[in-house]
Amino acid sequence: MSSSIVHAAHQAPTGFIRRYIFSLDHKVIGIQYYFLALFSVFLGMGLSVLMRYHMVYPDAKVSWFEKLWPTGAAGGIMTPELYLSLMTMHGTIMVFFVLTTAPQSGFGNYFLPIQIGAEDMAFPVLNMLSFWTTFLALCVMVAAFFVPGGAPLAGWTVYPPLSAVGPLAGPGEGLGQSLWIISIAIFSGASLMGAINFIATTIDLRAKGMTMMRLPLTCWAWLVTAILGLLGFAVLLAAGILLLLDRMAETSFFIPAGLVVSDQILNHKGGSPLLWQHLFWFFGHPEVYIAILPGMGVASQLLSTFARKPVFGYRAMVYAILSIGFLGFFVWGHHMFMSGMSPYSAMAFATLTMAIGVPSAIKTFNWIGTLWGGRIRFTSAMMFAMGFVSLFVTGGISGIFLGQPALDLYFHDTYFVVGHFHMIMGVAAIFGMFAGTFYWFPKVTGRLMNETLGKIHFYLTFIGVYCIFTPMHWLGIAGNPRRYADFTNFDFMGKLMPVHTFMTWAAIITASAQLIFLFNLFWSMKKGAVATDNPWDATTLEWGIPSPPPFDNFAGHHPVVNHGPYEYGVPGGAKDYLMQSDPP
Amino acid sequence: MESVWHGGASPYSIGSKKLGMWLFIISDALTFSALLMVYTYLRLSNPNWPKPFIFSPSIIFSSIMTFCLLSSSLTMVMAVHAMNHGNRKSTVRWILATIAGGLAFVILHASEWRHLILDEHVTPFHNEWNVPLFGGTFFTLTGLHMTHVVIGVIYLGIIAFAVGRGKFKAEDVEVSGLYWHFVDLVWMFIFPLVYLMSAKV
Repeated sequence: MSSSIVHAAHQAPTGFIRRYIFSLDHKVIGIQYYFLALFSVFLGMGLSVLMRYHMVYPDAKVSWFEKLWPTGAAGGIMTPELYLSLMTMHGTIMVFFVLTTAPQSGFGNYFLPIQIGAEDMAFPVLNMLSFWTTFLALCVMVAAFFVPGGAPLAGWTVYPPLSAVGPLAGPGEGLGQSLWIISIAIFSGASLMGAINFIATTIDLRAKGMTMMRLPLTCWAWLVTAILGLLGFAVLLAAGILLLLDRMAETSFFIPAGLVVSDQILNHKGGSPLLWQHLFWFFGHPEVYIAILPGMGVASQLLSTFARKPVFGYRAMVYAILSIGFLGFFVWGHHMFMSGMSPYSAMAFATLTMAIGVPSAIKTFNWIGTLWGGRIRFTSAMMFAMGFVSLFVTGGISGIFLGQPALDLYFHDTYFVVGHFHMIMGVAAIFGMFAGTFYWFPKVTGRLMNETLGKIHFYLTFIGVYCIFTPMHWLGIAGNPRRYADFTNFDFMGKLMPVHTFMTWAAIITASAQLIFLFNLFWSMKKGAVATDNPWDATTLEWGIPSPPPFDNFAGHHPVVNHGPYEYGVPGGAKDYLMQSDPP
Repeated sequence: MESVWHGGASPYSIGSKKLGMWLFIISDALTFSALLMVYTYLRLSNPNWPKPFIFSPSIIFSSIMTFCLLSSSLTMVMAVHAMNHGNRKSTVRWILATIAGGLAFVILHASEWRHLILDEHVTPFHNEWNVPLFGGTFFTLTGLHMTHVVIGVIYLGIIAFAVGRGKFKAEDVEVSGLYWHFVDLVWMFIFPLVYLMSAKV
């Protein structure tokens, strides 16, 4: 055996702080990321429930609103500005600190090294720094709530001029908006560190026999996601620096001449708000895939495992992930059809957008092909994986509508868009996380999550999210604009308000149902049924080691891989599957 | 039958540190590309973009800066070469020469900034030619680049110190060299696009 020193192995730390706080162990860091995202997702969800409540009961006096926001909700009634700041923070926290953090940095950190047979990530110190930088970014972001003026109003896309001209533009556009930009700049740095680590680990630290075409699809998804993060966040960082300069150093990158804000003519001159949109969406579109690709990886892994069949078309799945990642960088213009775009550019962007439908459809067909004729084990993890496929298809089809400039001009800035991206980027990705949680929980804790609670949680969530987000498409077609705090003043909205009320109550019930998951998660850690090392009869390397895994994952042993990742349904043996590390 | 991957730390003959630096460079290149695109976009959309750099002294001065930085790339190559041959003393000397080139660049650049701000009254938000974004793009691009040079000087200082004390391997010097060459390369885009294209003819 050649010198297979995988990397400069570090010793297991003994002190509490080095073991659990500033840990270099990828498993601890993965859990830290997971809990950071868990905190963020409940915060973000809480904000969305407040928004939905205000939308249908704008005049309701809620005394604790006033306690939380003495100026934003004076007298207990939420102002439109407060609504916008809740919307901004909901979007930002969900996109950056949940969808970017949990599927990639959380699950990826924990399971990428184990699945490729490595002892740790390539750069453990960078890994720790990456988490604590993310944590700092979250603190700065949440701090925006507590500064004078409150949280920013400009949405998670922070379009200038609103985001660039300072406190003149409204409450929250002062220090709050600056903190937002600083937080995202810090987050970009954390993402860069994470991306370098993920790519170097996947390329360099694979165990003997783990060729690229034997990588589990989860690892492929994490690798391509890391590449997207490496390239995307670099541009967001540049854009953030420029926006911050516009606000702090009086430059005019994104502010045109002669702009009048709050009856004042600004001194700025020569900039262009469109420039921000180009820079932002060059990051923003790949960001959508950063959120969804890891979920695709988890879905592929789980559908195969629980259908007891190999993934249908493994290579096609790999090439589909790669082409989605590649094409994702050439479609940013489809977010800007309404911003004043030449029809020729719009056509090019529309064609490229449609092209992404091809690899996405390949993935969907292959998922269904994987399920076809399988002996499906309907565990909670599997239910969420199939839920992922369902939501991905639903959200994907409305994406085909929005990719057409002619249709997008109508749908843009209506609830159709809100329904679309919540289905595909929000809920589908979160179903991927639920699936991953149920699937890997026994590996992390040595105990199984409760299946009954899991099923109840699944059905409430699955039906709930369809009740929340499907009507948004109808409202969009009916012309319901987005980003409005209150629709009760518009005549044409009168007949649509019952739909909003229905969605609000669906949201409240679905949000409450998440407490079942939270209870299940913490209860199962202590009281769940004890799991065997491989409770799902799965094939990848993490299932060949004890639960929870030892400090260096393989206890000094170097695994050798002899099989592809999804060898299920193998005839003639005592078991119907071959683990990757089984002898050839 | 696929060839069996034997595992280990350097497929494609590239170690993790070097790969990590290359990945950082790719990402950083995107950041600079974005800023250069911004510069191009704004320059094209603002008519009467000023061309204030007269041949003497501005262009000559910035050419000397460029010469200092490019020479430091050559000395860095020599440092990597010396380290590959195990000659630590020579490596330290070449790295110190590289640092000198970088410092000369920073000092010249800072005096140029000083001249622009104090004598020509160019700031990020105002100038006498009534195109405020000239200063905005100039200071942002060159400022971010200068930050990279300063970080590079500190980075090389640490490498030189450690190599002199018998620590670090040839790969570590090479990795720092990658960063240094990248910073030089970025300047080779900034110099023509920002200086030469704004030369007064």
